[in-house]
Amino acid sequence: MSFSNLTRRGLIKTSAVAGAGLALPTYLRADGHSGFTNAPTGSTVTLGFNVPQTGPYAEEGLDELRAQELAVQHLNGEGDGGMMNTFSSKALKGNGILGKKVEFVTGDTQTKSDAARASAKAMIEKDGAIMINGGSSSGVAVAVQGLCQEAGVIFMAGLTHSNDTTGKDKKANGFRHFFNGYMSAAALAPVLKNAYGSDRRAYHLTADYTWGWTQQESIAAATEAMGWETVNNVLTPLASTDFSSYIAPVLNSGADVLVLNHYGGNMVNSLTNAIQFDLLNKEVNGKKFEIVVPLYSELMAAGAGKNVQGVIGSMNWNWQLQDEGSKAFVKSFGEKYGRPPSNSAHTCYVQTLLYADACERAGTFNPCGVVEALEDFEFDGLGNGPVLYRGDDHQCFKDVLVMKGKENPSNEYDTLEIVEVTPRAQVEYAPDHPMFAGGELGKCNPGA
Amino acid sequence: MLGLKKHDTQLLIIVICLALFAPFLLNPFPADSAMAQFNAGYPDLMQRFAIFGIFAIGFNLLFGLTGYLSFGHAAFLGIGSYSAVWMFKLLGYNIIPGMILSVIVSAFFALLIGYISLRRSGIYFSILTLAFAQMLFAIAYSDLIGRFVGTPITNGETGLQVYNSDPQFFHSAAKPDIPHLFGQKMQSTYTLDVGAWSFDFNFGYYFCALVLIGMFYLAIRIFRSPFGLMLRAVKSNQQRMNYTGLNTKPYTLAVFVISGMYAGLAGGLMASMDPLSGAERMQWTASGEVVLMTILGGAGTLIGPVLGAGFIKYFENIFAKINDNVLHSWFSFLPDGIENFMVTLVHPFVGKGWHLTLGLLFMMVVIFLPGGLVQGAEKIGATFRRKDGKSDDAEAKAAKQRNPAAE
Repeated sequence: MSFSNLTRRGLIKTSAVAGAGLALPTYLRADGHSGFTNAPTGSTVTLGFNVPQTGPYAEEGLDELRAQELAVQHLNGEGDGGMMNTFSSKALKGNGILGKKVEFVTGDTQTKSDAARASAKAMIEKDGAIMINGGSSSGVAVAVQGLCQEAGVIFMAGLTHSNDTTGKDKKANGFRHFFNGYMSAAALAPVLKNAYGSDRRAYHLTADYTWGWTQQESIAAATEAMGWETVNNVLTPLASTDFSSYIAPVLNSGADVLVLNHYGGNMVNSLTNAIQFDLLNKEVNGKKFEIVVPLYSELMAAGAGKNVQGVIGSMNWNWQLQDEGSKAFVKSFGEKYGRPPSNSAHTCYVQTLLYADACERAGTFNPCGVVEALEDFEFDGLGNGPVLYRGDDHQCFKDVLVMKGKENPSNEYDTLEIVEVTPRAQVEYAPDHPMFAGGELGKCNPGA
Repeated sequence: MLGLKKHDTQLLIIVICLALFAPFLLNPFPADSAMAQFNAGYPDLMQRFAIFGIFAIGFNLLFGLTGYLSFGHAAFLGIGSYSAVWMFKLLGYNIIPGMILSVIVSAFFALLIGYISLRRSGIYFSILTLAFAQMLFAIAYSDLIGRFVGTPITNGETGLQVYNSDPQFFHSAAKPDIPHLFGQKMQSTYTLDVGAWSFDFNFGYYFCALVLIGMFYLAIRIFRSPFGLMLRAVKSNQQRMNYTGLNTKPYTLAVFVISGMYAGLAGGLMASMDPLSGAERMQWTASGEVVLMTILGGAGTLIGPVLGAGFIKYFENIFAKINDNVLHSWFSFLPDGIENFMVTLVHPFVGKGWHLTLGLLFMMVVIFLPGGLVQGAEKIGATFRRKDGKSDDAEAKAAKQRNPAAE
């Protein structure tokens, strides 16, 4: 079935095509880049905001996007400047970053690692983004952080709470302002002990990915240290929307506390299911049944409505804080969008400012310069009190809020109340803590 | 040329030209203009065009030739990706071992799934393949094997990736820390600036493109071989084939495995361009996507699946990026009220709503061009060409063959 009537013309055609095919890659070896990836050449600099606009964390993502837009406005000197006025570093002048006007592009992570990498890649390759910010879901954050390390751009993590982000998956080009599972556990344990006693049996439902795993590990370790017993830990797929089949066995397990290591839409659904089973009105082992949601957010509380009343959890920041930075941020966010910002919005806003400030202080957009400027940077006035960006693992250390669902909310945003502000010293840990061991930062990568 | 008839040679040359000049063809607008939004010539998307082209060509070998509609082909794509990443983890970042293993492992799985699924045909075959794919997806998504053996195999939702602490047996400090081909990095890009235009020549893309051309050539040879003829016979009437005493099973199983290997190769390439493998790429939606690509482009035609893959990936990446800000800037020349009205009108069809646009286009193609985009091109071509009753056109014939009722 082969046609081997080789003609002169055919031979020339074939060899020309083959030659062109072979020659092109060789030609490509001449790498055209210099300096670092996406070095801004014109009068503008592009930041990439990669947030979930669909999927279980979409609500958080959209709020992050609002905050990022606001941050860009403030950097460019529009609006009232927000937290730039209260920030302890005064390098930002409201004329963009290093005199270049800030522009931004957005992408949808779909709360999926694959899609998030694709949209981050598009922003880096097509739109020339020099920094990627965002990523609700630690799976996404870890995936995008790895990509940024390879591509040679800075990754300013948004909402990601897994120990792994700055633990075994930490990268030199990645930075996290948000707190993590270990800190939540360290802050929650004493409060839980006071509220529910030291003799409890806990049943964990855990989102089946890096965040769920590490948070569950942290909470279990902290609560067991104060005398609780962990009855069972059931992993639930992130894409689940109905948790009834996971809740039903809780009743027969002999547990008297249900720990929901769920976030976003997952948590809203699982908590609602738990309330439908009337868990909170049950008595087990002679004690009132309780539910704990280790990682809280205003958006989840709003989504779960009345169900969160009395439920204890932790947060990175809350709009009810009364320091100057928080007040300034809540004011400018509220004026623009007519609602208070969530803690995911806050962390993205702060991360964008911190990146801009680091560029100003380093005097360059070069990722290696930025990394140097951010490592062991101490600052204040961004809503969390004095904060340290630790150089060993690129994790921020600050106070942690313990929250409780309000019994009588006065309006739709007034759903949570602050129970305790856990001081920074109580949630600190060594960089080589076993829960964070296994990874290494590597070297900063400026790209091509 | 290369043992092909004149017409097939022309098709091959078209594909070669499209593949090699893609950086120019896909970046027709100056980099700073408002239309740059529609440029698709950046490395990541071009790589996707080539990779999904390979995936769709492979799928079309099965669906286009035998008519067996597999609804679980993404499973092989995922298996290929995981195999490749595991090779990166164990051996090092050179992509060759990864690609070889991805083809072997996906062939093994295709043999297994095909052996069982091919006992049935029609809708039952589709359901069986779908069931297998969903099982594999669930296994990967919750890392059931990993839980069983105690070490992550697919790493669940987080996705499998390479860590500095991995063994990487052949890796040394001198070699790049990202996927490479004998030292040449996949992500290295040469940017050519011509006036206002900017063109990206990416090594990874050209590697994918060369594989695509090779796979396209292989597909032509399979289409035109006696083996291909036998598969077409299976499509037109399998029962009659069986009654004549011919056992069709080995043929269908062989093409199922070949098709699975194509998918595995595409998966391996995907991991080579971006060394992370997530379970989402084996979900049923991904399997459905390749069916759409093939039908949209023209099932049973040679070039159709490549066009369909490009079409869908373009929509997914370009239309999905148009947000309200962009819309406002487009309609900013209109008075405020009309501007907002226009934005509201267009909004559901772009950004998150790109699926809606794609769905509408898909409906129109299926209704008006049952032979896919290839048939559309034929129709346009026929309008401009002089009427030639003897025109020996394999593509149009294949389109007719796929759906005789359409004529």
